[in-house]
Amino acid sequence: MANVKFAFRALGVALAAVLICAGCRKTSGPSVSLLGSTSIQPFAEVLAEQYTKKNPGHFVEVQGGGSTAGLQAAANGLADIGMCSRALTAEETHQFTPILIARDGLAVVVNPKNHVTKLSIGQLRAVFAGRVTNWKDVGGKDGPVRPITREEGSGTRDSFVRLVMGSERISRRALTQESNGAVKELVKGDPAAIGYMSLGLVGKELAAVTVEDAQPTVENVLAGRYTLVRPLLFVTKSATNTAAQSFVDFVLSSEGQGLLETEGLVRAR
Amino acid sequence: MKRDRLIGAILLVVALSAISGLALITVFIFREGVPIILRVGAGQFFLSTDWEPSLGHFGILSMIGGSLAVTVGAAVIGVVFSLGLAIVLTQFAPPALAAALKPAIELLAGIPSVVYGFVGVVTLVPLIRHSLGGPGLSVLAASIVLGIMILPTITSIAIDALQAVPRSYVEGSIALGATRWQTVTMVLLRAARSGIVAAVILGMGRAIGETMAVIMVAGNALALPHSLLDPVRTLTSNIALEMGYASGDHRQALFATGVTLFVIITLLNTAALAVSRRRAGRRRVG
Amino acid sequence: MKVSPATTQRVAVGFMWTLAAITFAVLIFILAFILAHGLPHVTWSFLTESPSSMGREGGIFPMILGTLLVAGLAVLVAAPIGVATAVYLTEYTREGRLTAVIRFGADCLAGVPSIIFGLFGFVFFAITLGMGLSVLSGSLTLALMVLPTIIRTSEEAIRAVPYAYREVSFGLGSTRWQMVITVVLRSALPGISTGIVLSLGRSISETAAVMLTAGSALRLPRSLFDSSRTLALHFYILSREGISMPNAYATASVLIIAILALNLLAYWLMRRFVAKVGR
Repeated sequence: MANVKFAFRALGVALAAVLICAGCRKTSGPSVSLLGSTSIQPFAEVLAEQYTKKNPGHFVEVQGGGSTAGLQAAANGLADIGMCSRALTAEETHQFTPILIARDGLAVVVNPKNHVTKLSIGQLRAVFAGRVTNWKDVGGKDGPVRPITREEGSGTRDSFVRLVMGSERISRRALTQESNGAVKELVKGDPAAIGYMSLGLVGKELAAVTVEDAQPTVENVLAGRYTLVRPLLFVTKSATNTAAQSFVDFVLSSEGQGLLETEGLVRAR
Repeated sequence: MKRDRLIGAILLVVALSAISGLALITVFIFREGVPIILRVGAGQFFLSTDWEPSLGHFGILSMIGGSLAVTVGAAVIGVVFSLGLAIVLTQFAPPALAAALKPAIELLAGIPSVVYGFVGVVTLVPLIRHSLGGPGLSVLAASIVLGIMILPTITSIAIDALQAVPRSYVEGSIALGATRWQTVTMVLLRAARSGIVAAVILGMGRAIGETMAVIMVAGNALALPHSLLDPVRTLTSNIALEMGYASGDHRQALFATGVTLFVIITLLNTAALAVSRRRAGRRRVG
Repeated sequence: MKVSPATTQRVAVGFMWTLAAITFAVLIFILAFILAHGLPHVTWSFLTESPSSMGREGGIFPMILGTLLVAGLAVLVAAPIGVATAVYLTEYTREGRLTAVIRFGADCLAGVPSIIFGLFGFVFFAITLGMGLSVLSGSLTLALMVLPTIIRTSEEAIRAVPYAYREVSFGLGSTRWQMVITVVLRSALPGISTGIVLSLGRSISETAAVMLTAGSALRLPRSLFDSSRTLALHFYILSREGISMPNAYATASVLIIAILALNLLAYWLMRRFVAKVGR
């Protein structure tokens, strides 16, 4: 009898504790939630940290999921702002208000041990479509090529397809990863791998290929010599709440833009 | 007495809501998933390898092949090690050691699948890549990782099956002059066969449902695998990779993938049940 | 060449022992690998601070809280409902086709992949019911996921209680509910608790279903309606994206230690169950 009664009582106390805990923490500070592109996510986090430092009491929440997920989240209210790393389609511009926060180069990355340093767009297309299967066909050492791609909802993938692949489909044998970081890790570990990711996130552990004789640098992106560039967008559905607007204002301010520039992006303004 | 009736009524309400809640999930999944199978055509859905959601192509044959490949691979590895473990623990290990080792096996069951996947990515995948070639992210890697993950399931049921064999069988065999090993192969394994088969089937059910570890080590390529070293995408990985952004027909196609998994698991469960019931039936007659 | 049965036995048994040794070696390797890399980084500040810079620095306190909330709430919701259902099915109804069907259904649902519950939870709780990516969505989804298991294990534990106990209770004049509380539940409690503790372990380890219902926010959740990241998901993100390997190992170490503790608890409870009911 004592055992079971104790179990019931313990359960009741635990339930009450959780509910009380849950209830009392509901502060009424303004909050913004962002969801979407894994390319934008790290930059949004940096911005959020700086923003909450300047505005204590404000609550900014950033999640990944991919550009398309970001658009949907903005549409069905799952998030205040959707993060999208590709240009919107005509249909989408009717539904959403895109705000350009930065421009980002699309880097093609290979393992540092790989000797291939330059590729043309035609060669890139052949590699990712699976028509070229050996590195020696594009000026490298004899060995298999392993293209890595992103999942379908990725803005990075979409931009890559639009800018490089044209009408050809990415090889079905390409390994699929679900974020920039995952692509980077894979290319870091596999000497035969080749992938595409946000230029701002490449870092020093990977080698980014020169495309069409233009090196993948922020200067070249600004000058228009490096052509693989895509917009980074904050997307909202018509009217935004004031908290979200305040955050967007911060991102577009000189401080916010300066922060993005330090991180490796190209300013929007 | 009235309080008893009241409590009975409360329990009924709770039980009914729980059961109908669970039933509702099943109905929801089928209601979301079945229409698209019919619309696309069952043949097209299950037998085409063309999975291109942006173009409205929903063929999951590649993923079915992927799930099949890693599940069978896992079952092979799982059965070998589990049987070895089960036989050792029930027949050849001193009881004290066996009692100490059994909880250790349960420990294997408690390790999160993301940890398995991670250890697989940093140790197994590079090993496969360097020594056998290919990307390392492969059917082989997934089979090995899954095999280890389903070990506890198969082992515990196999141990139960072996221990359920009447001692008289074993004693009779020894009395006839057989060695312990001959007893194991000729008497025990045969008598416990249905239980062991049920164990493997249930292990396969667990393997086919595994998501995170597989996403990390299998490579997630869309093409059907042609060798153990090819990357694969399983049914579960496909759902996990795409459900964040799928909408409309695409989302329904993912639910349809869920329906497929649901049916496969139900079939496996039924098979396991039938197999173990046959053992009980036979015992009653013999 | 005829090999004697004795030799066959020695070779075969030796092979079996090798298989067993490999299995345990793998287990020890996995645990040692994670703990060796991770434990040095598990400091008090790591456990009590919030992460910064995407998790590169700082600690994992919001993740610990998030895990407790999501998994704890899931089990707090599912356990009473599951046990009550099991009690009703065993004590208040007669054994028949309906109970057999329910049992089969529960067994099937217990085996359904967690990603399918995640898909359901995302579409139903997060979007349709408008709960969004939140602790609430996550824990309700997990509650549904572990409910069938709790129902089945509780049912097994209750049915294992000898009928004689019930007869004695009735003989002494108790009502059905009194009998259930004082006799059945008391004897079955260790078995039921084992099932609940194992479900808690499963909820803590769950990543796929949690990812799309509770979300992956780094901040400390302000309430049940905020998104929160669990330890398992944090480990997955840190390691997959290469954000911080030391922190990834440390997170995994915390996770593994928590699960080890739970496993020990379950094991101890199971021993008490066997002792009590004498099976």
